Amino acid sequence: MAGKTKDEILHDHNKDGIDRRGFLKCMAWAGTGAFCVMKGGVLKSYSMSRLPEMNPGHMKGELSFVQISDSHMGFNKAANPDVAATLQAAVDKINSLSIHPEFLLHTGDVSHLSKPEEFDTVSQILNGAAAKDVFFVPGEHDVLNDDGKDYFDRFGKGAQPGGWYSFEKKGVHFIGLVNVMNLKAGGLGTLGREQLEWLEKDVKNLKSSTPIVVFAHIPLWTVYPEWGWGTDDSAQALAYLKKFGSVTVLNGHIHQTMQKVEGNVTFHTACSTAFPQPKPGEARSPGPMKVPAEKLRNLLGITDVNYIRGHHALAVVDSTLG
Amino acid sequence: MRKCVFMASVMIAAVMGLGGIQPKYNRIIASAQEKPPSTAEVKIDNFSFGPAAITIPAGTTVTWINRDDIPHTVVSTEKAFKSKVLDTDEKFSYTFTKSGEYPYFCSIHPKMTGKVIVR
Repeated sequence: MAGKTKDEILHDHNKDGIDRRGFLKCMAWAGTGAFCVMKGGVLKSYSMSRLPEMNPGHMKGELSFVQISDSHMGFNKAANPDVAATLQAAVDKINSLSIHPEFLLHTGDVSHLSKPEEFDTVSQILNGAAAKDVFFVPGEHDVLNDDGKDYFDRFGKGAQPGGWYSFEKKGVHFIGLVNVMNLKAGGLGTLGREQLEWLEKDVKNLKSSTPIVVFAHIPLWTVYPEWGWGTDDSAQALAYLKKFGSVTVLNGHIHQTMQKVEGNVTFHTACSTAFPQPKPGEARSPGPMKVPAEKLRNLLGITDVNYIRGHHALAVVDSTLG
Repeated sequence: MRKCVFMASVMIAAVMGLGGIQPKYNRIIASAQEKPPSTAEVKIDNFSFGPAAITIPAGTTVTWINRDDIPHTVVSTEKAFKSKVLDTDEKFSYTFTKSGEYPYFCSIHPKMTGKVIVR
């Protein structure tokens, strides 16, 4: 990016390697989401940070929505002491768009510790977004107690007993899946037989020209099994979607943007509005990544999500299917 | 009268003297019977249990302490024990009375596994 100033620590008051200016920049990074536009049955997604430079005319379509993820309300450690502020930053970005999304999709880890007040804070903040609805799927942090009772009481209305559901918007079929319950030792995410049977029936009678958007927390393709970044039985789910010409899968959980195309299916993962996580294998564990000031510039080039300098992880800015 | 008082004083002194001996006697008995209970500690950090496998005698109390900046749980795969969600610095303890192998994992991050072997 032209004209970028050099990042350096000016006043390291807390000795944590992040000065206030750097932190604010980090917040700018963290406050992103993906703006998705369905045009002619094909879904394109744009990093919200890039939108100000784009021509809104190019982004008109039959349907637009925003995906946000991993707000982790309640997290307060060094990687981000104020996750409410960064979520608010994401909402502010949404509200500043010239095209308002019809709705928001939150791909899970709404809360950090499944506490009622954490869920309520997120609902409150998202109520300020200029979108008519918010649809949620749970992350593993949302279902820590009582099989996720506090989460499902708030965000599971109208869903199947297991929490999965589908709905239509302008001819696009959206499917919210739950792959964070009953996780087995040593395993990955899991959908389970009941949910797979429901999915098969749910899409059975849809025309193959119906655009499909599936959203779930843990990636439905194997990003990095060593860190649990995958779903044990997603292959079966994808088999039920084979007949469709346009399938988009939207996931969260890994706190970074990745994209993969496999035939007629495009997979996207979203950034977290709370804190970044390391790229696969680049750290000992997938924990919250504290970002020292000198690295911020790289992450921030981001501003567009395509900051990931030359690494294998593809950062998506525009995506088309097929 | 003086003799009575004297006798009473002697008796009181004697009782108190015995009383003085009793606690010492109890302490000697106690130290012969009690062993300090065995304890062991497992640290949770960087999405792993350390040490991942421990071997302990029956009767040991194992305490897991979460030093990670992310919450974790300690859940026995055979349903022998299950902690609540442990945030940073929170602990969970379980006393293993029966010998055997007890594999466990973190139910939030199931790739994290560990084992307690009780002899």
